[in-house]
Amino acid sequence: MRRNLMSAGATASVLLLVLAACGSSGESSGGDSSLAGSGSGADCKISDDVPVAAAFSLTGAAGQYGAGQKNALELAVEKLNAVGGVTYKLTVEDDQTDPKQGIQLFEKFVNDGTSIIVGPTLSNTAMQTDPVAQDGKTPVLGVSNTAAGITAIGDYVFRDSLTEDAVIPQTIKAAKETLNLKDVVVMYSNDDAFTESGYKAMASALKKEGVTISETLTFSKSDTDFHAILDKVKKEKPDALVVSALVDAAVPLVTQAREIGVDVPIVGGNGFNSPAMIKGAGEAAEGVIVGAAWNSAADNEQNQMFLKDYKAKFNADPDQFAAQAYAGMQVIDNAVRRGCSGEREDIKTNLSKVKDLPTVLGDFSIDENRDAVQTALVQVVKDGKFAILQ
Amino acid sequence: MQQLMDGIFLGSIYALFAVGYTLVFGVLDRLNLAHAAVFSAGALVGIEVVTRSGLSIWLAVPIVMVVGALLGLIIERVAFRPLNGRHDAHFAGLISSIALGAIIIALLQARYGPDTTRFPPEVFPKKRFEFLGATVSLLQVLILIISVGLVVLLTWLVAKSKLGRGMRTIAENPHAASVLGINVNRVTSVTFAISSALGAAAGVLFTLNVNTAQLGIGHAVELKGLAVIIVGGLGSLPGALVGGVVLGLAEVYAVNYVGSSWRDMVAFGLLFLILVVRPQGLFGARKKREV
Repeated sequence: MRRNLMSAGATASVLLLVLAACGSSGESSGGDSSLAGSGSGADCKISDDVPVAAAFSLTGAAGQYGAGQKNALELAVEKLNAVGGVTYKLTVEDDQTDPKQGIQLFEKFVNDGTSIIVGPTLSNTAMQTDPVAQDGKTPVLGVSNTAAGITAIGDYVFRDSLTEDAVIPQTIKAAKETLNLKDVVVMYSNDDAFTESGYKAMASALKKEGVTISETLTFSKSDTDFHAILDKVKKEKPDALVVSALVDAAVPLVTQAREIGVDVPIVGGNGFNSPAMIKGAGEAAEGVIVGAAWNSAADNEQNQMFLKDYKAKFNADPDQFAAQAYAGMQVIDNAVRRGCSGEREDIKTNLSKVKDLPTVLGDFSIDENRDAVQTALVQVVKDGKFAILQ
Repeated sequence: MQQLMDGIFLGSIYALFAVGYTLVFGVLDRLNLAHAAVFSAGALVGIEVVTRSGLSIWLAVPIVMVVGALLGLIIERVAFRPLNGRHDAHFAGLISSIALGAIIIALLQARYGPDTTRFPPEVFPKKRFEFLGATVSLLQVLILIISVGLVVLLTWLVAKSKLGRGMRTIAENPHAASVLGINVNRVTSVTFAISSALGAAAGVLFTLNVNTAQLGIGHAVELKGLAVIIVGGLGSLPGALVGGVVLGLAEVYAVNYVGSSWRDMVAFGLLFLILVVRPQGLFGARKKREV
């Protein structure tokens, strides 16, 4: 029975793929000129649907992120189509958290006349798929890729997700101002590329803010017992502990710090920005400070509306992945309307011109490196939740 | 002072783990390399028992020890007994126990998945107190008491009880033991059961101490446990206790006075030095019996 269902599903999806491919190729061959509209901005009118395609990880290891991204993108398209003038035709495909599958999807999108590709979910997939879009001269907007070097792939590659390098300096600055930090101890796992680059960003931000690093301690990403290192932290009596670690290390580290009496604030990198950290560390997580691109408590009007709409449509709360996907569609809409054109080249040109656009992430711009520019939200764990640091 | 305390706490967990190794080795002259898998199993089963049934940790520890004991019986029956009497039983047992350990880990992965888990935060009161200038948690004190208590109890058992006499007789000479009317198979099974029960309990305590558990935690202590029993003197129970504490202290002081990246190098370097000076280990007086 199960097998029957599966093969039926497989057949159906193949059929859908074929249909989708036929449909859009027919459109693009006959409708190249009709993607260019008349008017501009709010008055822009484009007769044909602008085809937008997304490749997200709906299944596989990153499946939990992709589902929210798909939901948010559908919600955004629904809202934007209701405005009128420009309508979008959204296709969302599953890369199965597999870069090879991602490459296939990107090749399909490049060939079927898609105006812009959104995704993929993971940075390491993007490293392999984005060159396909670049070669096919199709703009791609990453909505969750935070690794360094993604946008360096080429001038058709954009993203609306803040890198850790952009979040950390803002976090350090806010923490320094609120907590009046003078000297800190820095800890990081030195056998992981992500945490090491996070550490470098922290060290340079601390230096820029004039905070002394009295000690730098390293550990391994597979370590679970931090008592010994934390003894040293305790002896140094810093104003705060600044840590770059993955979430698996973050939980035991925070718990053990509190256990042996290290009561100073802990400022964390991206690995700490996860509900799993709060859940795992329990009350030990109170007072942990971490920067993020988005927080549900941000009180800008767009965000509040997004929270309400999302909850109403999907009966679930959106996460940062969903918010960034939603913002991605807002950014694309802005670029399309600016030139009033759904052509690939025009979208590419106009994406670079997005500036101070109000989105669910706050005022948003794209810089000359095609990276996201926005104010990061500095959060502090309070009563078991991420609240905004005041 | 804080370092001293933390070193002792860490060391007492190493000791509890190592005691299981050394007990089997002392009695049977075999190394049971599935012991690390039992450690992981203890941690994960303990978490499931507590999260699922809401039992207090006090009831969970005995339950986990029973599970551990059962695993020990299986290990003995499957990985060791069929090889009895072979000339290379020493080496073959090593390999078959590695294999069984891998099987146990695979089964755990099928049941619990590869993700990191932990005990619910409220499972243990987060009480701390100051002691001679060091902050000590209630949990750590309990770990120390349980570890030392179990080691002392076991030492007494081996030295005084009928079962212990049986173990020691088998250690001297299995053939003579069976001639004397000792049920060798039964004593061996019980030895494995006790050893694995302690290994599983160590898994729970370690997880409580560091607040994280995943499949690989057994591996992290496996090598340390081996180092501990070699330094303490193979087969010596007090040696395992002292060796564990020496390693724990060495790690903590290495981090604090040499550098966090050098921890394992300093700790294992020290153990190496001890062995160079005293090849039989700190308490290893039994070496001559193998001749």
